[in-house]
Amino acid sequence: MMGSIRLPLHDPLAVIGLGIYLFFIFMAVFAPYIATHDPNEILFTSEFALAADLTPGTEGYILGTTTLGRDIFSQIVWGARSALLIGLTAAFMVALIGSIVGIVAGYFGGWVDTVLMRLADVAFGIPFLPFVIVLAAFLEPSIWNVVIAMALVLWRDTGRVIRSQTLTLRNRVYVEAARVSGSSDLKIILRHIAPNVLPLSFLYGSIAIGWAILTEASISFLGFGDPDSISWGYMLQDAFASQALSKGSYYWFVPPGFLIILIVSAGFFISRGYEQILFPKLDR
Amino acid sequence: MTEPLLSLKDLSIAYKVGAHDTIAVEGATFDVQPGSIVGLVGESGCGKTTLARSLTRVLAANARIAGGEAVFCGQDIVALSERAMNGLRWREIAFIPQSAMNSLDPVYTVGSQLAEVLTRRGGMARAAARKRSEELFEWVGIETNRLGDYPHQFSGGMRQRVAIALALALDPKLIIADEPVTALDVIVQRQILDQLRELKERLGISVILVTHDISVVAYVCDRVVVMYAGRVVETGPMAATLTAPAHPYTMGLRNAFPDLAGAAGELTPIEGSPPDLANPPAGCRFAPRCPFAEARCRTDAPELLPYEGDHLAACHRIAEAEALRARAVASETWEIPA
Amino acid sequence: MRDTQDPPLIKLEAAELHFPVGGILAQLQGRSTVVKAVDGVTFELHRGESVGLLGESGCGKTSTGRMLVRLDKATGGRVEFDGEDISALSGDALKRFRSRVQLIFQNPFEALNPRFTIRDVLAEPLENARIPKAEHEDRILRAMALVKLGDATQFMDRYPHQLSGGQLQRIVMARALILEPEFVVADEPVSMLDVSVRAGVLNVFRDVRAKTGITAIYISHDLALVRYVCERTIVMYLGRIVEDGPTEDIVANPLHPYTQALVAAVPVPHPDQSHEPLPIGRGAPDPRNPPSGCTFRDRCPRAFDRCAVEAPGPTRIQNRIVHCHLHAPET
Repeated sequence: MMGSIRLPLHDPLAVIGLGIYLFFIFMAVFAPYIATHDPNEILFTSEFALAADLTPGTEGYILGTTTLGRDIFSQIVWGARSALLIGLTAAFMVALIGSIVGIVAGYFGGWVDTVLMRLADVAFGIPFLPFVIVLAAFLEPSIWNVVIAMALVLWRDTGRVIRSQTLTLRNRVYVEAARVSGSSDLKIILRHIAPNVLPLSFLYGSIAIGWAILTEASISFLGFGDPDSISWGYMLQDAFASQALSKGSYYWFVPPGFLIILIVSAGFFISRGYEQILFPKLDR
Repeated sequence: MTEPLLSLKDLSIAYKVGAHDTIAVEGATFDVQPGSIVGLVGESGCGKTTLARSLTRVLAANARIAGGEAVFCGQDIVALSERAMNGLRWREIAFIPQSAMNSLDPVYTVGSQLAEVLTRRGGMARAAARKRSEELFEWVGIETNRLGDYPHQFSGGMRQRVAIALALALDPKLIIADEPVTALDVIVQRQILDQLRELKERLGISVILVTHDISVVAYVCDRVVVMYAGRVVETGPMAATLTAPAHPYTMGLRNAFPDLAGAAGELTPIEGSPPDLANPPAGCRFAPRCPFAEARCRTDAPELLPYEGDHLAACHRIAEAEALRARAVASETWEIPA
Repeated sequence: MRDTQDPPLIKLEAAELHFPVGGILAQLQGRSTVVKAVDGVTFELHRGESVGLLGESGCGKTSTGRMLVRLDKATGGRVEFDGEDISALSGDALKRFRSRVQLIFQNPFEALNPRFTIRDVLAEPLENARIPKAEHEDRILRAMALVKLGDATQFMDRYPHQLSGGQLQRIVMARALILEPEFVVADEPVSMLDVSVRAGVLNVFRDVRAKTGITAIYISHDLALVRYVCERTIVMYLGRIVEDGPTEDIVANPLHPYTQALVAAVPVPHPDQSHEPLPIGRGAPDPRNPPSGCTFRDRCPRAFDRCAVEAPGPTRIQNRIVHCHLHAPET
């Protein structure tokens, strides 16, 4: 019964993905020790001038500083925290809401199914990015509101897929057998249905990690992000606004961009592993 | 005896599973005479379906014919080029699957599927193909106005008739039918079997009928080939083989079948289950389940030898067959052998 | 049809199971129809009886079985178990019913959760019936002994895919019997098994009956098998009963034209047998569009005018009930 929550360690790419996550988790947890400066602190050079636009290496700033005199390396390190926070909570909420909705709709069917799936249809009709921006702006721009806004929309895919999986499971002979032997609906769901849909939740959850991080980056880049927390998207926006590109300050916008790509890809690598657990026949 | 239509000699088929080969069929030897129905009987996994399919050379990707020959009308099917084999399929050797639904394309009418076979493979003109289709439908007992229907509009039995019509399309000499009536209800099953028998008599074709049901064999077959765990254990004329089996496995099968015509007697199972073909026992493969097994049965594999005329069996105690038969009737005999 | 004074354990009165076909759109447009899987079935079963439910696929025998164990709720009529209408059961009453009535499934390869060990499988009904955990081991071993799974300890911690079909079907039977139910429905329990192991499972079924006196319904399309395990047989055709009586009488002298065709069609394992054409028309029953009156009349060789207008009611002939105008008293 534990097979459903195992990690996809058989797939080399998934192992790489997990490795990347471990790296980022380490970075996020020990951010205060790894970072050389406070990421929000405005720094000054030894000559008491603003430490603006310093190139990597000067005065001990590993990746240099921003136009406002903040340490880029420290921002990168702290950025891992918000990235993981957003990615994992969004993924968790998406997987949780989607699984509950999908299992309930698929298992009980009837009007419950109709109501929940029409709600999913409504969610499908919402333009994702504008909705998140409006909601985040409306509620006040904070990381949590961004996560809530994403969870409110992204459960639809998970819910749909888990519902269809539940529909096929519900009619399995062994599920009927459990009913005849007197198992309650809750017991059947927990023991016979959930273990078979959990890998699907994880698959959609790991896809949602990437989506959430990308979305947060987009929102921050567009300037609707949380001004108090440093994220890689915010860094890109800062660099863009300070015309880092024309100044040739690659050290400023390449690292956060690269890390976004890296963490999003890692999420997809892991989901590939879950895909192989779920659909072994896809393997060529 | 006339020249056989098909003659198998020591035919073996292997599956590659992981690193090594599993022999699914080992040294199969039997003949099919023109205008006869041969029943290929055995339990699931005994190799009967694999053997039947190998005669059209349509096998799973990991299976291959590992040795022996299958001479059909003077040419060895095993040695034939893929191109020559393709010429043989359907025109000379046709196939009826267990479930016709799998062989019919749901988006075309059965008439257009028949017409396609007749024009593409048979080289017929459209008008001639139309006439032939009607004739085929009449043969298998379907009204010709149903040519325009789609597969899903037919019942299971009717679909099986369509599959027979498709198999007959190009006037084959041999039809291989893989459990063609297993999925059908008894009444429809009987009607399809009557149809097969009538076609055999009218067209003089031969049929290899793969089945697990010795009642089906008793109803339509002229000869029977009994397989167990990849080997032919007994072969002979149907009546002689079923009334006086020479192999203990066939005796056991007979006991395990309920018989509506006789009294409601005892049913006797054969204890145990067939061996794993990846790791078969030495000697006779039936020995672990056989109540008559002796020491040599567990070490030496028996050869297929004549029992009476062209009734052959692969059993070391073939000479005592009559005495064994008498003992095999009692159900105590079949209680788990020590 | 014993004449006993005891009240029947099972009683079906004009029981119906109708399924709507077509989607919501069809229902809104009034185009929807119903498939009458079970269409007015009436019979009684007394304690200790074993009855075969015989018919072709689509005749409603499996649906009747599912209704009897309440996997499906009757859409009309009454289904009674021990004097209670089972459609009305819920909550604790339903739970009690579940421990008294069991179903043996047709396909043992699908009836067991592949993630469960045999021990898990057999423990599930015990947990549901709140049997103390300390008794589980003992109950499981007893159930496995009842179905003659020799060395039970050797199977307990295996998974279904490690067992053969015959062993799996015995486990399925053990699960059905572990709570010592009073009534069991067996839905073609050997149709997925190989011939050589079939007889073993059937013998277990017979022995369990002899030992426990359980009331049983055996669903099958094969009269030869039904005859082996049931003294009484009910023959169904397109959702209705056509004939009901002692199995031996039905085999020796079927009264309904459909039963006659069915008996004639059963293949026997002998070389010498009749090859007469069946006394039945070609074609197949269509549950979506059954003929008016007697649903068998389009295939019946002896149908006459009355068959098209009136569905035949039950006629009692000695210890048998036949639904056929040929046997009906003149009205």
